Amino acid sequence: MSDLDKFLEKIKNNVKIEPKDWMPDGYRKHLQRQMSQHAHSEIIGMQPEGNWITRAPSLRAKVILLAKVQDEAGHGQYLYSAAETLGKSRATYINELQTRKAKYSSIFNYPTLSWADMGAVGWLVDGAAIVNQVSLQKTSYGPYARAMVRICKEESFHQRQGYEIMSKMALGSAEQKEMAQDALNRFWWPSIMMFGPHDADSARSSDAMKWGIKIESNDYLRQSFIDKTVAQAELIGLTIPDPDLKWNEDRQSYDFGEMDWDEFWNVVKGKGPCNDQRIEHHIKAHEEGSWVRDAAIAYAEKNN
Amino acid sequence: MDNQGDVWEVFIQSKPGLTHKHVGNIQAMGKEMALQNARDTYTRRKEGTCIWVVKFDDIFSSVPEENGSFFDPSDDKIYREATHYVMPEGSKHI
Repeated sequence: MSDLDKFLEKIKNNVKIEPKDWMPDGYRKHLQRQMSQHAHSEIIGMQPEGNWITRAPSLRAKVILLAKVQDEAGHGQYLYSAAETLGKSRATYINELQTRKAKYSSIFNYPTLSWADMGAVGWLVDGAAIVNQVSLQKTSYGPYARAMVRICKEESFHQRQGYEIMSKMALGSAEQKEMAQDALNRFWWPSIMMFGPHDADSARSSDAMKWGIKIESNDYLRQSFIDKTVAQAELIGLTIPDPDLKWNEDRQSYDFGEMDWDEFWNVVKGKGPCNDQRIEHHIKAHEEGSWVRDAAIAYAEKNN
Repeated sequence: MDNQGDVWEVFIQSKPGLTHKHVGNIQAMGKEMALQNARDTYTRRKEGTCIWVVKFDDIFSSVPEENGSFFDPSDDKIYREATHYVMPEGSKHI
């Protein structure tokens, strides 16, 4: 049996691929791209929420937000650690992010304008991420699958704290409810676009499915997120900003309107409201931290 | 690109009495920092009672492609399995 046949046999039998196993070059490259993109998303994702830590409305809200942002740093570490097993260093991945060769989830290129956005981000953005990540727990690459299991276990509080913020505001004063609705209006469409292009337009999907990297398609995951979320919005008296959203009795699912793919690709290509700000901040934080790394190396050398 | 330290593999014992289990790795300059980074990265929810960190370069691994010949010595020693032995008819709890 050829290496490729042995590899495909493992995929077929749900045997995980481990770092030292033979794998096709395309598989390795796909994973390097997807896993580093996932790691960068966790790290860049700290910025829109970090924006509100100093202005959280209560001490309780502040410690929760701090813990959530700290988790995201941790999730980024798990994913870089797993991505490094593909034979590429963390420093290289980070360099690709900073030189804009690598992408991260476009959702983080939108600004967080009010406290209600902390609710919308947790409820919708983390909610969408969880749907995707639960599916990825079954991905064929061992280190990626194990990182996903860990992340999913920790992530459940993220969505719940977001929904708690939204429900408190939606059931609060008229002004608070308006803020909650405004946050939902701004984050709804970017959130459902987090699942990526339609299956028919998704260039890399077929390889990823064939290799067991992706388990479920973009459209399937998007639909399951929408079906879960609509009732949660209704329960707290908020309206999903989609006039075409309608329960379809035959499909036992919601029909929904078309997403603005021009906007999606515009943001992917770097022209979203916050793309420049996010990368500049990452570079600045990285450079300002260099003295810490230098001091740590000097100290370690002195003690050896 | 700057120096981010060595890679350290992290092993966590979740309860006294259990084995240490590999959970991933971190980067650090020196063993004390490795231990602290491992704590901050892998035990934010009291997952562990003990952490080991081992420098990646110090780990020597077998090669899965050579599993056939490498593990061959155990293949023909079926007498190491309890099921190899035939017990007298009617014997119980053995």
